[in-house]
Amino acid sequence: MSGFRTLLYKEILRFWKVLVQTVGAPVLTSLLYLLIFSHVLEDHVQVYPGVHYTAFLMPGLIMMSILQNAFANSSSSLIQSKITGNIVFVLLPPLSYLEFFLAYLIAALVRGFTVGLGVLLVGLLFAHIEMRYPLWILAFALASGTVFACMGILAGIWANQFDNLAAVQNFIIMPLTFLSGVFFSIHSLSSFWQGVSHFNPVFYMIDGFRYGFFGQGDVDPWLGLAVVMPFVLLLSLLTLAMLKSGYKLRH
Amino acid sequence: MTTAVRLRGVEKRFPRVHALRGIDLDIEPGEFFALLGPNGAGKTTLISILAGLTRASAGSVEIMGFDVTRDYRQARRALGVVPQELVYDPFFTVRETLRLQSGYFGLRHNDDWIDELLANLGLADKADDYTRRLSGGMKRRVLVAQALVHKPPVIVLDEPTAGVDVELRQSLWAFIRRLNREGHTIVLTTHYLEEAEALCQRVAMLKEGRVVALDRTENLLRAGAERRLLLELDPHELPAFLQPRLKGRDGQRFILDLPDYGDLEVILANLRAAGINIRNMSLGEADLEEVFLKIMHGGTP
Repeated sequence: MSGFRTLLYKEILRFWKVLVQTVGAPVLTSLLYLLIFSHVLEDHVQVYPGVHYTAFLMPGLIMMSILQNAFANSSSSLIQSKITGNIVFVLLPPLSYLEFFLAYLIAALVRGFTVGLGVLLVGLLFAHIEMRYPLWILAFALASGTVFACMGILAGIWANQFDNLAAVQNFIIMPLTFLSGVFFSIHSLSSFWQGVSHFNPVFYMIDGFRYGFFGQGDVDPWLGLAVVMPFVLLLSLLTLAMLKSGYKLRH
Repeated sequence: MTTAVRLRGVEKRFPRVHALRGIDLDIEPGEFFALLGPNGAGKTTLISILAGLTRASAGSVEIMGFDVTRDYRQARRALGVVPQELVYDPFFTVRETLRLQSGYFGLRHNDDWIDELLANLGLADKADDYTRRLSGGMKRRVLVAQALVHKPPVIVLDEPTAGVDVELRQSLWAFIRRLNREGHTIVLTTHYLEEAEALCQRVAMLKEGRVVALDRTENLLRAGAERRLLLELDPHELPAFLQPRLKGRDGQRFILDLPDYGDLEVILANLRAAGINIRNMSLGEADLEEVFLKIMHGGTP
């Protein structure tokens, strides 16, 4: 297993070496969202009784950071390696496709969690939030991070150039995460858009994650988990199958 | 003894190209072997298949007796590949790169060997530099070091000296020769045929996805050898007894066929007897380049 450990270490080291860009920048972005939205809405919106809007916003921002950064880590690492050609360094050694998968997956989760933790720590300066059910928090963070890490691996392998990847990021990842109840409860939406939101798996990720903090959510967390877990399974299997086939990696 | 590299009926079809059309080849342990051919002959495809970077459409490939797909872990451990492209990971220093590469092969404490590689490849003072800051020649050395971190019994070098300076070529070959003397099997592709001629014991020539020549280097040279005598005479006229040997002219010189050097003495004696002076004379032998061109243009060696 030491080949796997080295690949995992390398993947973590890769983003750790450029921490300002890979962790600092997304934490700052989330902080800006937090400052602006809480400034505008703090006195006008109360989603759950007894929960300040700034506190309500935090879990959503943390989850959004985890998802976006898990995706960014695996996808950017793979496309860079493919385009520069140094992907051969990990294709020549005796690494199995399972080791390859786990290394990229776990590194993506580490990056997502690092950014998420950063957002949490900075956010605590602005709002008090409780963490009522840490296990729910962890479960949704892991499951959702895995879905986006897998999407990152798939996109990174599929994309032929940075342009393809940017398209996925801007037209799929960003709308999915932004329109999922990060900034609002879907109960504030018209019944039509509420219905639409229920088809967005990211909505369940954020709602379940938020439930872990406040013990309140738009849907039951078990239902949320029941929606998210099939995606975890499906995307993991799809990614493994793609890696096993050697698609775009081994001709 | 297990064959170092064994190919049987290896075919590769790409959507638009039939790159390899049935390759059978055995490379024995300890050989210094050259794989030659023009661009597009299938050399790099063949090497990619050995390395597991490309999968063969048909046939089987074994490295040290391990099938490259079925026993890929053992096969890849037995193989070190220096890729043709000058690739590097900009995030890491030379030493980090080599430690990572060792780790991928399951080697955790490899610094002694890494230091030896750095010293032998003239990289010792670059160990802590980022690979992206190195010159092309230096990057090439790092690639060679990377291919050798796990001391593979079989080493494949895909045009390792393309675009590198003379000094590196010399030191690189000295090092590779040492590895070969220590028992490593070396497979080399190169565009510099004089390198193959000087280094390799055996040569396979590839053309349009097929092996068109496979023999010991000296046999190929001997078979392709057209020994020639180049003469500049005074008076400038070829005597009748030499006319049957005339192959052509090179400026003032007559190019004469001379399959047997033993004839030389008779020719010289006859010229003296005819009162013809020799202004300039040289002997020419075929080199691998000539043999190569001949074979590539459809001839036999």
